Amino acid sequence: MEVLVVFLPLLAFLVAGSIALFGGPKAEPAHAGGHGHHDHHGHDHGHDAHAHDAHAHDEHDDGHDDHHAVAGPPTAGDRAAQFVTAGAVLISAVLSWVLFFDVAVGGHPRTIELMSWIRSGGLDVSWALRVDQLTAVMLVVVNTVSAMVHVYSIGYMAEDPQKPRFMGYLSLFTFAMLMLVTADNLVQLFFGWEGVGLASYLLINFWYEKPSANNAAIKAFLVNRVGDFGFALGIFAIFVLTGSVQFDAIFAKAPELVGQKLHFLSWNIDALTITCLLLFMGAMGKSAQLGLHTWLPDAMEGPTPVSALIHAATMVTAGVFMVCRLSPVFEYAPTALEIVAVVGALTAFVAATIGFTQFDIKRVIAYSTMSQLGYMFFAAGVSAYGAAMFHLFTHAFFKALLFLGAGSVIHALHHEQDMRNMGGVWKKIPFTYAVMWIGNLALAGLPFFAGYYSKDMILEAAFASASPVGKFAFALGIAAALLTAFYSWRLLFMTFHGKPRMEKSVFDHAHESPVVMLIPLAVLALGALFAGFGFHELFIGHSMEHFWGKTILVLADHNSIEAAHHHTPGWVKLAPLVVGLIGIALAYIMYMAIPGLPAKVAATFRGVHQFLYNKWYFDELYDFLFVRSAKYLGYGLWKSGDGAVIDGVGPDGIAAATRDVAARASRLQSGYVYHYAFAMVIGVVLLVAWLSVFG
Amino acid sequence: MASWPLLSFTTFLPLAGVALILLFCRGNTPDVVRNVRYVALWTTVITFVLSLFIWFNFDPRNPGYQLVEKADWIPEFGISYHMGVDGISMLFVILSTFLMPLCILSSWEAVQNRVKEYMIAFLVLETLMVGMFCALDFVLFYMFFEGVLIPMFLIIGVWGGARRVYAAFKFFLYTLLGSVLMLLAILAMYFAAGTTDIPTITATHFPRNMQLWLWLAFFASFAVKVPMWPVHTWLPDAHVEAPTAGSVILAGVLLKMGGYGFLRFNIPMLPEATEYFAPLVYTLSIVAVIYTSLVALAQEDMKKLIAYSSVAHMGFVTIGMFALNQQGIEGSIFTMLSHGIVSGALFLCVGVVYDRLHTREIARYGGLVKNMPKYAVVFLFMTMASVGLPGTSGFVGEFLVLLGAFRDNTWVAFLAATGMVLGAAYALWLFRRVVYGKLVKPDVRAMFDLNTREVAIFLPLIAVVLWMGVYPNSFLNVTSASVGQLIQTYQTKLAAAQGGAGDVSVAAR
Repeated sequence: MEVLVVFLPLLAFLVAGSIALFGGPKAEPAHAGGHGHHDHHGHDHGHDAHAHDAHAHDEHDDGHDDHHAVAGPPTAGDRAAQFVTAGAVLISAVLSWVLFFDVAVGGHPRTIELMSWIRSGGLDVSWALRVDQLTAVMLVVVNTVSAMVHVYSIGYMAEDPQKPRFMGYLSLFTFAMLMLVTADNLVQLFFGWEGVGLASYLLINFWYEKPSANNAAIKAFLVNRVGDFGFALGIFAIFVLTGSVQFDAIFAKAPELVGQKLHFLSWNIDALTITCLLLFMGAMGKSAQLGLHTWLPDAMEGPTPVSALIHAATMVTAGVFMVCRLSPVFEYAPTALEIVAVVGALTAFVAATIGFTQFDIKRVIAYSTMSQLGYMFFAAGVSAYGAAMFHLFTHAFFKALLFLGAGSVIHALHHEQDMRNMGGVWKKIPFTYAVMWIGNLALAGLPFFAGYYSKDMILEAAFASASPVGKFAFALGIAAALLTAFYSWRLLFMTFHGKPRMEKSVFDHAHESPVVMLIPLAVLALGALFAGFGFHELFIGHSMEHFWGKTILVLADHNSIEAAHHHTPGWVKLAPLVVGLIGIALAYIMYMAIPGLPAKVAATFRGVHQFLYNKWYFDELYDFLFVRSAKYLGYGLWKSGDGAVIDGVGPDGIAAATRDVAARASRLQSGYVYHYAFAMVIGVVLLVAWLSVFG
Repeated sequence: MASWPLLSFTTFLPLAGVALILLFCRGNTPDVVRNVRYVALWTTVITFVLSLFIWFNFDPRNPGYQLVEKADWIPEFGISYHMGVDGISMLFVILSTFLMPLCILSSWEAVQNRVKEYMIAFLVLETLMVGMFCALDFVLFYMFFEGVLIPMFLIIGVWGGARRVYAAFKFFLYTLLGSVLMLLAILAMYFAAGTTDIPTITATHFPRNMQLWLWLAFFASFAVKVPMWPVHTWLPDAHVEAPTAGSVILAGVLLKMGGYGFLRFNIPMLPEATEYFAPLVYTLSIVAVIYTSLVALAQEDMKKLIAYSSVAHMGFVTIGMFALNQQGIEGSIFTMLSHGIVSGALFLCVGVVYDRLHTREIARYGGLVKNMPKYAVVFLFMTMASVGLPGTSGFVGEFLVLLGAFRDNTWVAFLAATGMVLGAAYALWLFRRVVYGKLVKPDVRAMFDLNTREVAIFLPLIAVVLWMGVYPNSFLNVTSASVGQLIQTYQTKLAAAQGGAGDVSVAAR
């Protein structure tokens, strides 16, 4: 069963990929021409029509979530691809729930060894499926959201000519994500880690004709690679320290490593601290934590179902999963945990401040995601891993719901994403409107909605924790909660209320989405309603130790969730709700009661607003520091390093010199080689001398 | 099977193909040219199949030389015809014979003039390459090693691009320079040991001072071949001007001769010097990784970009080797094999579009995914393998090398790991400019997707890259015993030379 859960999506990807590449079943030859190489005439024709179409689009809505070509009705190939991929992932989802109740609720963790992968000296890595409590939770999250997104995409991408390719990528992503969460060792985790990175790259770039999508995809891949650079070094450090990369072996060794030093670079540093920080660097990249977050908002260039699946519910939470998975190591590195908590808290706050100034509906939700990921990290940082995982669980439902709901709005308004061009459509799309309310209520953490249970527990645990940075995280978390409620209702009011601000024709044509899109919304809305209420006893309640089993280790004096259950003052429990209501009220005043107010506030605090609106200028800074300088350096080294110095002094220079000599002595042959050899030897000797003196 | 000189057969079989072409294919009519192509193709295919028997007969648990053939050649000077393979060289033989039929296939339509000479050059090249990896006598080795230069020089100089003569001479001179020094070193060793037999010399101890000089002489030769920074500038020129198949062999096999040389000569024969110079190799390799990755970022010519990326990847190879532990050396051999396949495939990818548009300038392309989806998939796959995505061959090598380096020196691992980021940057940037974007240029729009022949070239490459990525043990099993013995030899000799005091530092590795 475990094998089926993981490999069905891979199979679906291969099928859908073949359909995309080879043009589907032979019954539909007319459409095969769109890709195949047999039919040159139909092929070229298609391109002309396409180029024209795309061009026309560019003129009026540049930079939007536009479908750049309109296809005819779905072909048999399209249908087959949709059926296979959605069907496979739905089966996986059902099986995951079965596994969840067996493994997590029933307490039967297991590991299935598939085969050996890399064996070299002491290094022994296997392909294996580890299905324990932590993994079971992730399986449910990943497969449920993925199945819903697959179904939703059938409707959302109905006008796109490349449905099989899209569905195939979604399934590829699902497979990679499943390999990630079922990993039994760090290297397979890394495999899934990079695999989801590849799928994310391909999906952000799905509309590959848009330069903005190309740039966003490369940026996502590279920023993640920066994180992976740290992750890889962390894996090496773990191997050097414990002699293994397999989880159980690492966890068994971790307690012995307390206080040990590791000679890293030129310093002797506490071994576990530096190792955990290196691993955390990977988590920061994947989960868009402050410093390595710049790719996430840009990733919204991808189709909206992608944003819901990858950039909200699953892939970006991989970092949180990794830290929780490695809790038996992180627990022994308190300094690293403090840094995790600080980075998480700062991210939660900074992202929220950016979120409430943005106008693109998807970007607002993207910053909200980043902010919520920050919550999860500071929960992990104060050793409330159960709370972090619980928030991951509930967040997956309501954030996917919000994204898909936003997709439904975008779909209704003909690919309009700017909230300044929305408004007043709630009567036209009542179902979408209703689920967006549910999603936002859950996000803001209003009582009995999903986010209420998880987010409040995080804040309480931060407050109650013995960690020196707990109170700091709590304060930033409360501030972020206020902003969260504010930007959530700002989004609701700007999108659905007030006067319609779009063109009349767009407003008249606004329509509710097809049923195939509404069903996933309904399912996720149920999750947003009941995931918190239904599961909080299991995840963070008094029986949580039983539920998590051995997968999560919390040292006795770190147990912040336990502390939160017993020693939290009443005002701490009330604070998140109060600031949430204040945020909603503020949004109501600014966007419903006195519509002119936001502009005035922005004008009054112009500097601050610009700073926030431009995302704290991270992009500009990085562009200057890394992108430009790398290109400049590369060009300079090429022209002056390789060109002028090495070739100039080396082959070309010697050739020129010998030509002079040759003209006089006409002993070209021997002189040539001799000179050359001599120069080389001198060069090597000088280099070695320099190195042995200064090196 | 042992009585059967399998290695000699594999080595000299391509020459039989040459004889066939010379004897039976006279004239220049289309029929004759076609026959020449088929003779070359079948010769290389049969050679490949034959070489697989080497693998079948190879015992991975035996770290020593296997399938050994030895006959007196010039006994009065202690020179013999001595062939054999161990875990370090065996897979390189397979790599050479595997790439060769694909090269012939890729030249099927691209090469139209002097086809007969072209095919002969390639077949001779194959004999020399395979012979070089099998040779266990210095004189034999040197002949093969230097002989490789001649057909390659001709391939670049005759069938190359516009600046082919400059490139061919630059290539020839760079490599010849190193060779001269190596010849001196071989002579010196011969006078010291009284034989040219490689296993015997490996067992000989040379005084420390002599080791240093010998090491530098070998280093000069192999560093040019690898190529290491700063003697790499011949490579971009040679690649750019060489025909596609020439680039494939150059990147796929010829560069590995340098790495192989380090493993066969510098490390086991000259351990004290190796230990002394390891920091130098580290330094040059790290510079190579960072410097050439940055330079690759600035390239406007597809082949040049991939050529620079080769230098960067070979930087990983030399780092792994001189980490001198199991993961480092195995990783470095694995990286060489993987790079042989992947960079070969990338040059073939360039060849595909070059055949259609006759330019390597990146800016002339764009939007190819629209009309060449199959090509885009292959190119993306190979780009990802080059970037080192787990599941492809590139990852395993890179991971093992960095792990080995980390065990030896964290600074080296740290700096080399930046190559992970930079490598992704130039590779994706290239892919984006060629494959993504809008398909607007009329001549690019007229390009057609991969044909059956091209698919037949790429499929085996993709299969091998996946195989190496998902189950690398097939290859690591072959190398592990011999690498273990190499490290053993190195450490024992070093410990013996340094006396008791040396033990501590050696054990620390």
